[in-house]
Amino acid sequence: MEKFEKVTGVVLPLDRSNVDTDSIIPKQFLKSIRRTGFGPNLFDAWRYLDQGEPDRDNSGRPLNPDFVLNDPRYREATILLARDNFGCGSSREHAVWALQDYGFRATIAPSFADIFYNNCFKNGILPIVLDTVVVDKLFGEVDASTGYALKIDLAAQTVATPTGETFEFDVDEFRRHCLLNGLDDISLTLQHADAIRAFEERHRGEAPWLFPNE
Amino acid sequence: MAGKTLYDKIWDAHVVHREPDGTILLYVDRHLLHEVTSAQAFEGLRVAGRSPWRIDTALAVPDHNVPTIDRARGISDPVSRVQVEALDRNCAEFGITEFSMNDIRQGIVHVIGPEQGATLPGMIVVCGDSHTSTHGAFGALAFGIGTSEVEHVLATQCLIQKKSGNMRVSIDGELGPGVTAKDMVLAIIGTIGVAGGTGQTFEFTGDAIRALSMEARMTVCNMSVEGGARAGLIAVDEKTVEYVCGRPLAPRGRLWDRALVAWGDLKSDDDAVFDKTVHIDAATIKPQVTWGTSPELVVPVDAQVPDPADEKDPVKREWMQRALQYMDLRPGVAITDIALDKVFIGSCTNARIEDLRAAAGVVRGRKVARNLKLALVVPGSGLIKQQAEDEGLDRVFKEAGFEWRDAGCSMCLGMNADHLQPGERCASTSNRNFEGRQGQGGRTHLVSPAMAAAAAIAGHFVDVRDLN
Repeated sequence: MEKFEKVTGVVLPLDRSNVDTDSIIPKQFLKSIRRTGFGPNLFDAWRYLDQGEPDRDNSGRPLNPDFVLNDPRYREATILLARDNFGCGSSREHAVWALQDYGFRATIAPSFADIFYNNCFKNGILPIVLDTVVVDKLFGEVDASTGYALKIDLAAQTVATPTGETFEFDVDEFRRHCLLNGLDDISLTLQHADAIRAFEERHRGEAPWLFPNE
Repeated sequence: MAGKTLYDKIWDAHVVHREPDGTILLYVDRHLLHEVTSAQAFEGLRVAGRSPWRIDTALAVPDHNVPTIDRARGISDPVSRVQVEALDRNCAEFGITEFSMNDIRQGIVHVIGPEQGATLPGMIVVCGDSHTSTHGAFGALAFGIGTSEVEHVLATQCLIQKKSGNMRVSIDGELGPGVTAKDMVLAIIGTIGVAGGTGQTFEFTGDAIRALSMEARMTVCNMSVEGGARAGLIAVDEKTVEYVCGRPLAPRGRLWDRALVAWGDLKSDDDAVFDKTVHIDAATIKPQVTWGTSPELVVPVDAQVPDPADEKDPVKREWMQRALQYMDLRPGVAITDIALDKVFIGSCTNARIEDLRAAAGVVRGRKVARNLKLALVVPGSGLIKQQAEDEGLDRVFKEAGFEWRDAGCSMCLGMNADHLQPGERCASTSNRNFEGRQGQGGRTHLVSPAMAAAAAIAGHFVDVRDLN
C-alpha cells in the first residue's frame, strides 16, 4: 500500500450530504474483476450527460458542465471536501478504488459511513473527520479562491489552510501507523498466526459445532 | 460492573488479539462470498502466494449478475459472464463450496445463508456486501466488509476491527393490521436518519420485534445499514431455534444440544448499558412509502410529499430539493396520487416465502393495472421459488400479469438485464432508493411486499389497509 505522510493538494468541494457509493461508482462498473481503471467513471452519472458502460472509452463522452468535477478550477484536486455521511450504502470498495484512480489522496467530511471509512484506509486514502463548523468554513474558503489547497500532515494529525490556520483531527493509532508506513494488513495479521491458532483451539472447545468438518 | 449487551458478548467471544489502542483482531466463523466483491480478493491471494486459512467457513454464490430468465442459455452479457465465471473458477481453485447459477440452492447470498443453516446464533458472519446485517436476526454479529477485508478474512480468518457503540432500538407495543416489518424498519430510518446508527451496532428489542417471525426479523436487520449501522442484532429466542433446527448446515445430535445451551445466553443482560436508546411505539407505524433518494426520505402512505421549505437545516433542505428534482415530484402531492411504471418484488430485504405469500394474498383474483409496463417477482432462492410453486403462488402472480422469474438480486440494483429505463418510476420491495440504483435515471419508491402488490393492481400507491 502507498504510504501517506504529508499531502498538499487542491480541494474539490462536493457540496452534497449523504453521497452514496452507488453515486461514487455506479453498478455497471462493478462488473470489472480488476482493482484499477475506475477513475474515468468516478461519479459517472453526475459527471457525464450520457449513460456510461464498462469497457467503453470515456474520453469523447459529453461532460456535465454543472458538475464540480468538470470545473477547471478543480482539475488538479487531490483532496475531496464532502458533507455528512459520505460513502453511505453499498460496501463496494470500487468506490474507494475510483477515488484513488482519479487521483484523490484524502477526503474530508463531518462524518463518513463506517464501511467506506474502513475501505479508505485499506487503499492509502486518508478519511479525515472535521467538525461541521470547520467543514462549513472550508467550503466557504474553497469557493472564494481559485487553487485553494490544504496541507495534510498525518504524523501531526493536522490540516492547514493557505493562511496557516490549523485544525487537528483524530485517527486510530493503529491505522495511522499502517498508513504512515504503507503496511500490508495481512502480513501484520499473519504475525499473529500462533494467536489465531490458539484462539481456534479455545473456540473449538467452547463451540465445537462451528468446526463440523474436523 | 454493568452487564453485557448481546453485541458485547459475541464480540468478546471472538477477540484473538488486542492492540494498545483498542484495535482488535476478530475471528470470523462464516464467510459468505458473491461474484461482485471477491474476484480481486482471490487475485490478491494468488499474487501473494497465500492460501485460504479455513475454507470450511466459506460459502459462495453468484447472485448480483445472474439472469432471471432463460438461465439454461447462460449469461448473455459478456462482462457479467466473466465475473460469474471468475467466481466459479476461484471457488474450484481454492476448494470453496459454491452453489453455482443452475443449482436449485442458488439465490441471494443473504437469503441462502439462513436457509441453509450456514448462519447460526452467536457466529461472526461477514460478506463483501453491506446487507450482511440481515443475519443479525439470528443473534449473529453480521456485517459487510470491503474487498480488501474479504482477502484478509480468506488469508487469516480474522478482521482488524474497532468496537462500535451499542444502540438499542426498542419497538414497543403491537403493529397494526396491514403493517409489516418493512414498514417498521422504514419508520425507524425515517426517525433516526440514515446516519443515525453510524458507529453503532443496533439491537432491536421490544414486544413488536419479539412478535415478528424470523423472516420478518431478517427484513428489519437487513436495513440496519440503511440506518448507518454496520450490524443489527436480535436476541435468540424459541423462534430462532425453531427456524435453525434441521437446516442442512445446522448442528445435529449432541452438538445441537450443546449449541442450544450456549445460545440460551445470546441476549443482553438486564443491567446491560446502551450508549443510545430509541423507543418507537409500533401502533403509530403506518404503511410507509419513500418519496426521495434515500431511505430516510419516507412518509406514511396517507401523507403528502413534504415541502423542503419547511426544513430548517439548509444542508438537509438542499438534499430534499435535489431528491424532489430527481424524483420529479412536487411538494404536497398525495402519495396515493403517484402513478407507477414498474413494480419489483424481490431482493435480500423481501424475497422470502412469507413476502411472496403476503404479496400473493393481495394479488389473488386481481389484475395488474394497464399503465404498468412490468410487474416482476424474483424469489430470493431457487428453493423459495420451488416452495412458492408448490403452494401455487406462481400461478397467482402469473394470472394477475406478473412475471415470475429465477432467483437473484435482479432489479434491486440492476446489474443484470432487469433495470429501470431513465425516468421510469418503480414501487420496489428492495432497500435502496438512491439515484440510479435500479437503473440510471430510474426513480425508486421503497415499500413492503403487500404495498408493492397493491400498487401493481392499482397502478399507483394505495393504502393496503383499505383493500378488503
